Amino acid sequence: MLTEPKEQEALSDELRAKIDLVLESHDNDFTQIVGILLDTQDLFERHYVPQAAAYYIASKLPVPASRIFDCLTFYAELSDKARAKYPIEICSSIACHVNNNEELKETLEKLLGIHVGEVTYDGRFMLLKTTCFGACDRAPAVRINGKVYGNLDSEEKVRDLLESLN
Amino acid sequence: MGTELHFISANFGKYDTSSIGSYMSIGGFEALRKAVTMDGEDIAKIVAAAKIKGRGGAGYDMGRKWTQARAVKGEHKVVICNADEGEPCTFKDRELIKQDPFNLIEALIIAGWVVGATDAYIYMRAEYACLRQLLLNAIRQAKSYGFLGKNILGKGFDFDIHLYSGAGAYVCGEGTALIRSIEGKAGRPRMKPPFIKVSGLFARPTCVNNVESLSIVPHLLLDQEGVYMHAGTPDSIGTKMVSVAGNVRNPGVFEIPFGTTVRDIVYNLAGGVPEDRQIRLIQFGGASGYIADASILDVPYTYDDLEKAGVNVGTGALLVIDERTSVLDFLTITQDFFSDESCGQCTPCREGNRHMRMLIEKLRRGEADTSDIEKMKKITRIMPMSSLCGLGEGAQHAMIAAMRVFPEVFDVGGAANE
Repeated sequence: MLTEPKEQEALSDELRAKIDLVLESHDNDFTQIVGILLDTQDLFERHYVPQAAAYYIASKLPVPASRIFDCLTFYAELSDKARAKYPIEICSSIACHVNNNEELKETLEKLLGIHVGEVTYDGRFMLLKTTCFGACDRAPAVRINGKVYGNLDSEEKVRDLLESLN
Repeated sequence: MGTELHFISANFGKYDTSSIGSYMSIGGFEALRKAVTMDGEDIAKIVAAAKIKGRGGAGYDMGRKWTQARAVKGEHKVVICNADEGEPCTFKDRELIKQDPFNLIEALIIAGWVVGATDAYIYMRAEYACLRQLLLNAIRQAKSYGFLGKNILGKGFDFDIHLYSGAGAYVCGEGTALIRSIEGKAGRPRMKPPFIKVSGLFARPTCVNNVESLSIVPHLLLDQEGVYMHAGTPDSIGTKMVSVAGNVRNPGVFEIPFGTTVRDIVYNLAGGVPEDRQIRLIQFGGASGYIADASILDVPYTYDDLEKAGVNVGTGALLVIDERTSVLDFLTITQDFFSDESCGQCTPCREGNRHMRMLIEKLRRGEADTSDIEKMKKITRIMPMSSLCGLGEGAQHAMIAAMRVFPEVFDVGGAANE
């Protein structure tokens, strides 16, 4: 059940100011709520919109908090739960499937020591499955914080990718 | 055969996509200058004469749509550019935006002029966030050059373009869901009527067009020699952007004249199947498209010929799957996609997808009997009939085609297949 956040960490003034900037960049227009939430979750290291931020946005726009949570839970790209610094989204759609995304998934699981849906102990990496993000010409592909990394058809390439994120 | 014809993609690589000056040096905004000297109805007629069908997949006659949009009475009409191409294996709009953003902006202004709109909204999928700055920059520059804003080109035409982002919801490609998303809500489709053309975004008359459909128009208006009208076939005029992926050597986006054979597309343009493996199936037009086996290779890629062969142009995607993937494996992944992406609002789609997934699993395990196959057939009939939106209507297209093309897979009378 959703209640006004009390105990949980309040937003720092710095974060409030950053969210204000996000709102401003969208002209404080509530119809841009999806774009606002996308930008807001990038302000948080683990790429999600914490409750406190959701309520803060609701207080700034003429929309009820329920609308914000409706959006947060409806759109796959938005999250109301902490993810990771690098959420690795593995495309599970058909073009990547026929280009061996299963092996890519297993390689990632092996190298990171986690399964899909899990986060590494340090909060750096998370493995997720996602539907097609339009990089079928570079299958098999993953997307990390909006950036696509394709043609990941060898363990070496996957390892290089993970190292480049460190 | 097997060569591309760069008409819609004529500007690709020809100018600096971050500079309006560079775009204008290759003739940018000439089509708009010409358009504002013409009556909107005449432009709609040119589009109708070219028989342009909606390139987002639905294939609705674009000239007719514009004429209807013009006829609707109402203030503050709206044009929407649907850049939410979420059909798996479809990425042609990505290239059109990335390589020719100003042409899309110009096309939208022309569309606004034709239907008498005051605003345009581009709804772009979050997956293309990297293209956001490119488009915002193009809009900003067009504004500073007076192609957007008040009294455009001295014609008393006021028009603005707004960019909105999706956030990873396939269903938002559907018109009413897309509109709700731009209104700042969760993108759940709604019942029609009221139809979008009468009461769409913010309850205003709304005309929705796909990126590719729009992108044709500026080129078409300046096509003195009739290159477009002479390309293709009498029924499928011109060219089409196709995106080819899956098990091909050279996946990518190609612009082909209609009438090119599927073989030319798959083997000459996309390089054929690696290691010369056999083709198991080809899916046309994304996950909601129909499938065919290799016998489709010699069919010319036109609206009519593909339809006769049991598939559709749809979005222009061609997904090639080789012999290593079984039909049931393909159907499982496709079904998983729809089960994931169903918004869950209406029962036929939510439950139909769920049950179909379970039945496919049963068939894979070799435990299905004839009554299960009957249930599957029933679901393929009920879902298109009773679902709220296009997602539920199209979700079983691949299954329907599979039952026709690969009946042996569903023949549970004998030994378990595959």
